[in-house]
Amino acid sequence: MGSYVPGTLSERQQMLKAIGMEREDALYADVPAQMLLTEPLNIPSGMSELEVRSKMEALAAENKVFKTVLRGAGAYDHYIPSIVKYVPNKEEFLTAYTPYQAEMSQGILQSIFEYQTMICQLTGMDVSNASVYDGATAAAEAAAMCRDRKRSVTLISAAAHPDTINTVRTYCYGANAELRIVPCKDGKTDLDALKEMLTPDVASLILQQPNFYGQLEDAKAIGEAVHAAKAMFVLSCDPLSLAILPTPKEVGADVMVGEGQCLGLPIAWGGPYLGIMATTEKHMRKLPGRIVGETHDDAGNKAYVLSLQAREQHIRREKASSNICSNEALCALTAGLYMATMGPEGMKEAARQTTAKAHYLKAELCKLPGVKAKFAGEFYQEFVTVMPKREAVLAALEEAGILGGLPLGENEVLWCATEKVTKCELDKAVAIVKEVLAK
Amino acid sequence: MKLIFEKSVPGRHSSLLPACDVPAYDLPEKRQESLDLPELCENDVSRHYTQLCQRVHGVNCGFYPLGSCTMKYNPRIDEEMAALPGFTNIHPLAPASSVKGSKEVLDLAAKYLCEISGMDGMTFQPAAGAHGEFTGVLLIKQYHDARGDKARTKIIVPDSAHGTNPATAAMCGYDVVNVASAPDGCVDLEALKAALGPDTAGLMLTNPNTVGIFDKNILEITRLVHEAGGLCYYDGANLNAVMGHVRPGDMGFDCIHMNLHKTFATPHGGGGPGAGAVGCKEFLKQFLPESALMQGEGHIQVRGFAGNFLVVVRALTYLMTLGKEGIPEASTNAVLNANYLMQKIKGTFTPAFDRVCMHEFVLDLSEFKKETGVSALDVAKSLIDNGMHPPTMYFPLIVHEALMLEPTETESKETLDEAAEVFRKLYAQAFEDAEYMHHAPHHAQIGRPDEVAAARNPVVRWTKA
Amino acid sequence: MSIPNELRYTKSHEWIKEEGDIAIVGITDFAQNALGDVVFINLPEAGDEVVAGESFGDVESVKAVSDLLSPVSGIVKAVNEELIDAPEMLNSDPYGAWIIKVEQVTDREELLDADDYEALCAEEG
Repeated sequence: MGSYVPGTLSERQQMLKAIGMEREDALYADVPAQMLLTEPLNIPSGMSELEVRSKMEALAAENKVFKTVLRGAGAYDHYIPSIVKYVPNKEEFLTAYTPYQAEMSQGILQSIFEYQTMICQLTGMDVSNASVYDGATAAAEAAAMCRDRKRSVTLISAAAHPDTINTVRTYCYGANAELRIVPCKDGKTDLDALKEMLTPDVASLILQQPNFYGQLEDAKAIGEAVHAAKAMFVLSCDPLSLAILPTPKEVGADVMVGEGQCLGLPIAWGGPYLGIMATTEKHMRKLPGRIVGETHDDAGNKAYVLSLQAREQHIRREKASSNICSNEALCALTAGLYMATMGPEGMKEAARQTTAKAHYLKAELCKLPGVKAKFAGEFYQEFVTVMPKREAVLAALEEAGILGGLPLGENEVLWCATEKVTKCELDKAVAIVKEVLAK
Repeated sequence: MKLIFEKSVPGRHSSLLPACDVPAYDLPEKRQESLDLPELCENDVSRHYTQLCQRVHGVNCGFYPLGSCTMKYNPRIDEEMAALPGFTNIHPLAPASSVKGSKEVLDLAAKYLCEISGMDGMTFQPAAGAHGEFTGVLLIKQYHDARGDKARTKIIVPDSAHGTNPATAAMCGYDVVNVASAPDGCVDLEALKAALGPDTAGLMLTNPNTVGIFDKNILEITRLVHEAGGLCYYDGANLNAVMGHVRPGDMGFDCIHMNLHKTFATPHGGGGPGAGAVGCKEFLKQFLPESALMQGEGHIQVRGFAGNFLVVVRALTYLMTLGKEGIPEASTNAVLNANYLMQKIKGTFTPAFDRVCMHEFVLDLSEFKKETGVSALDVAKSLIDNGMHPPTMYFPLIVHEALMLEPTETESKETLDEAAEVFRKLYAQAFEDAEYMHHAPHHAQIGRPDEVAAARNPVVRWTKA
Repeated sequence: MSIPNELRYTKSHEWIKEEGDIAIVGITDFAQNALGDVVFINLPEAGDEVVAGESFGDVESVKAVSDLLSPVSGIVKAVNEELIDAPEMLNSDPYGAWIIKVEQVTDREELLDADDYEALCAEEG
């Protein structure tokens, strides 16, 4: 069996003797005897590292790795620079706890302070927290942050990611607060319907940009309607897209949330990902989670600390607006590292190429007989097509090592392309679709 | 050291992407603000982060007896397995037939963890311990709601509990009833009886409790709660003391979260990602969360997709390595190490409870502070000068001037002997030169930071001078 | 520790001064000392209703947060907005740094005079 206990049997005996015990059983003397397990656990015996490796490798081999990924829907296969994979594996970063002891954690604290700054630079917002679990929980936390005694209803666009809507619904259920869904029209949030729904009890609207169908919303007009009703405007963004699209600040968001997976994290069957949350100075003290602040030490040297802690559960207990404790610190470090590595031009280029590839794919697919785009609006990296023989098309692509778009409603497919796919791969995918449709 | 922004040189960059091989597409709406991210080459970035990591103390840098956080060694094989392309390059919405390996990872981890916890169902969606608590208490809420029992508005939490417990109950719409603990940190049965009633939705408890003592009355406690119609939630923060010896399911708990990043050796990453697997008894399985997009609507959901999958891969690697012999061996040695260290420190600093402890113990420095003027904070900061990460300070709240130590099973006898020696040295120093300790640390990256200034005038991002 | 004679006090360490129809409320020297350096205050808005014995805001130090309990029921007439930028005034001048002024006062908590309050502080000290 495997073990990470260093003590030899003789050392353990010495230690037992030092505490006045004869046998290890005595350590559990406080546990009522009828509760102690008398049989070993019903799990396999432990194994050597070499055996475990082959077991785990066999499990990984049961998954199919697609060379080309044309599926997004909340997980985006962007290029991850080599250094971005390497640095977070440094043992110091990997094995440290939350930086409560600032005097021996300046490296982690500074990395978070830099991450917070980069999120502000990217989004135009004034303050970012140190991260929450993922994009869906960021939206749910934002809804909680916007509620007060007078306004308790959250609105969310039906065009937001289904997992985001369901997560926000769950958090609202927990808080006994109401969630109302704003309908869509032509793949976008219905502004007229929204205006009707902006009653005086509405605390916030959550809008996703680009939305689940890939469409670009008229965020500015929607934000203006929300503000006219004195509610808060929460914008859920794809952070990489903000390198080229209007920032949350430019469209008037009070709270920016987003899924940070696209900033250097692998798609990894759904996690770990990164929940981004940023807001304006006015709402800084309502922002949940950890925030790193700059200060100085007793000798006047610059220092970083976990700040504004009186907002958090370990001090405010049942009066805290969120219970979050551990977050996704290493993912935030990775996202900061990604942004620093890409730089402003690299970020813009990745976003521009993503747009270009997605539009090329759409144009090529829509040239095929029977394939048409479902929505006419502008999009960033995803679009929905209506096409016959959907299942056969996706199966043929899969056969060729290509993960096609995500099947939605009848005959609908949500496609995605990023900067990572080449024209050659896109042409190959289109040729396969063409061949199936021609059969 | 300089911030990364202060190292930026206009025009500097790395060459990462090829020229675009399809026609450009010009979106009509554009970002107007300039994008002021730092401009660096790869070497600059690499050096910067290497410098940063030299200013971090991880488990691999030295002893880290941070109570209630279970800072055990994080095996490297776990990292290597979590980096396999067959796990990292899998889309969460890929067809079921192409992700059999991922599903089996979850199934196997669920099977192992159900057996260890005495539960029947498991979800890996929660991304951290507090997130698991939220999920678990929502199981309780759904259970009462499904029975149409709307009168249960209260969750009972002992006053020794971690702050996430009351915060979680409040997030789930419950009023929190704080019950006072008995002097040994265990549940005061009379206080519990007085708090129970037809409005009780449930109890949140950790056992061993937050002072590292196993509550002998646990069966009576869970029975009383059940009799009142409430459910019992087990906070798995302290599971490392008992895994393989006692099962929360056998103590009478209905649901539980386990911190894979504590008990099952996945790294804490400077504050996450963790994973807060939630287990429950058969009758609560129907209420477990699912992903709307992966499994369909109709269930609660606490985050996107299936959770922090790569963390589960690490935990499974660990579970397979230890197996049925290694799991109880780990907890036995965690308890042995804690008792040994307590014994070695005794005679200088005073344990809050002078009796056999489980995987952690609390020192009560209140008398010591009266004698010397040196506080728990001063001792903690002095430990930094000795290359050791301080224990958890001022927790639990029921012990004043508390230092809580959890050595874990992966520390050797020499490390514990050395640590005890450092404690003895500091104890003596307090009587000789208290002033020196008031200003510790003296040899760290920084001296004590001014937290008041940070909170009064928050500077939370860098701005160009 | 300062306990001015002309004020009245709550058991939760607020002071109150009544001037005509207006009740002025702040926290005592004992309270600010127990809290330590105050870093932030959450205030109600003018026009909000306050209820005797219930929270109308809170004060934060670095490591603690404490509810502000209203000694009276009524309507908030004014809040001391200077405290938002300079919460340290609660430490340096607790009796000068009023927090809210309440009008249309209907109900009062049980209030202590300076002697009784001093005795309470001695007990809790």
